[in-house]
Amino acid sequence: VINTIAKLAKTCTLRLTVSKLYFILSDKVANGGVSMWCELCQGNFFDEFQMEGAAAEHNEIYLELVPENLSRALKTAQSAKAVKIKLMNKHCPCLRVAVELPSLSSSSRIVTHDIPVGVIPRRLWNDFREPSVPDFDVSIYLPVLKTMKSVVERMKNLSNSIVIEANLNGEMNLKIETDLVSVTTHFKDLGNPPWASEDGCPSSAPDRDLESMAEARIDIRKLQQLLAGQQVNPTKALCNIVSKRIVHFILLHEDVSLQYFIPALA
Amino acid sequence: MPLSTQLPTSGEPYVLVVSLDNARHLSSLLRAVHFQDHATCFATANGLRVTVEDAKCIQANAFIQAEIFQEFTVQEESVTFRINLSVLLDCLTIFGASSLPGTSTALRMCYRGYGYPLMLFLEEGGVVTVCKINTQEPDELLDFDFCSTKVVNKIILQSEGLREAFAELDMTSEVLQITMSPDKPYFRLSTFGNAGSAHLDYPKDSDLMEAFHCNQTQTNRYKISLLKPSTKALALSCKVSIRTDAQGFLSLQYMIRNEDGQICFVEYYCCPDEDITEAEL
Repeated sequence: VINTIAKLAKTCTLRLTVSKLYFILSDKVANGGVSMWCELCQGNFFDEFQMEGAAAEHNEIYLELVPENLSRALKTAQSAKAVKIKLMNKHCPCLRVAVELPSLSSSSRIVTHDIPVGVIPRRLWNDFREPSVPDFDVSIYLPVLKTMKSVVERMKNLSNSIVIEANLNGEMNLKIETDLVSVTTHFKDLGNPPWASEDGCPSSAPDRDLESMAEARIDIRKLQQLLAGQQVNPTKALCNIVSKRIVHFILLHEDVSLQYFIPALA
Repeated sequence: MPLSTQLPTSGEPYVLVVSLDNARHLSSLLRAVHFQDHATCFATANGLRVTVEDAKCIQANAFIQAEIFQEFTVQEESVTFRINLSVLLDCLTIFGASSLPGTSTALRMCYRGYGYPLMLFLEEGGVVTVCKINTQEPDELLDFDFCSTKVVNKIILQSEGLREAFAELDMTSEVLQITMSPDKPYFRLSTFGNAGSAHLDYPKDSDLMEAFHCNQTQTNRYKISLLKPSTKALALSCKVSIRTDAQGFLSLQYMIRNEDGQICFVEYYCCPDEDITEAEL
């Protein structure tokens, strides 16, 4: 999971609650407008989990960190017997990752990585709220990621931006167009996920023409980064398109859910 | 899903229509001559020839006979256009450079003639990609005028013998010197790099030597940077023929067998860097 996050964000926010971990990237201009929300249940990953938040009513901790550092630290843990992560405050706050490695002698080796983190004060917690699902025009399941990944990678050589369009008939097209070449890949029979809002009506306009395409032009590198980070096929993968505004990707694995927002280019 | 359902109805005046069940048969050959961005495509009833040139001293040709294709129709005597080879290769391999065994990308190429873009329809696993690549005026191509009657020396070698040698060529050397002779050392590849000179000899009775017809001792030098791309063709090939003429022009012909066992050829022509003919080494 950390490897995927590291590929998507240079710096992000880690929010810890009693039951869940969240990796959050909010949509600042510096990120190119993309935002990310990744959620996982601590119970699926950790045998022991203890935390004490800022205050009793707000039993949460928000940290700012560089996921690449955490990723590198965890690389040592590939063949570890045990890994312990602790939030400490020595001269400055840091996450101590202690990896117990098997060794030939009777006593084990312990490798420790101290990753500096920033503690985010409670008054800023509002900046990191869970993004709401946008009022999309079309929601569609993504095609086989491997195929999508190959196609987008090749298209990246040819163009800086890519148009994603999809309709409620299970059809999605990826298009690029430059002076030299135009390429369109057509995916069919993808299926459209059924959405229901609180009052039971579908989120998108009920009388939307099935064939009509919702489209958005996005930065191809952002899309390629997202796809490249998916090493394993997700259980569910879909995207919501708000025509000409934003594309919202939802990727669900067994124990992790990842949402990624890519804004449309001007 | 038949690709023909994607095409406009017949009656469209396409001067070139080509279908290939496995696009890799074309893309791997084109990669073997891909050392410049642009290539000239030349189609006749016999098949397709793709030519890439550099610096007015090297030319590579990939030949794909009409028989390799499932469909090959040329409406005019010959069809020629210039195209960006890097873009063409990206499109041909849109579904990935090397797919799993058993899956292949089906290809249909259509060209309406002068001024029109080249249309590619590629299909793999039910997903269809349509590409439109702009074409340009074909350039004047070099004519090396290398014909078999003027050949002075000719060797046919099994490629596996040369592959390692070419892959490990000392690139700090500016030239690759090729010596061919009816006497020792018969066939020698030499480089003169920062670490010193290296010589690789192949005796005429070596197992790797399929044919040896050397009439005159010739030593010629060729710019190594120009010949290095030929390594790609060598890697794909099973046999290579090396010929030189009286001016020291070099012809390398690679025989390439594709996944289905069909034969195609790739040819490299190169001008000599300096003309050194030594009576004796």
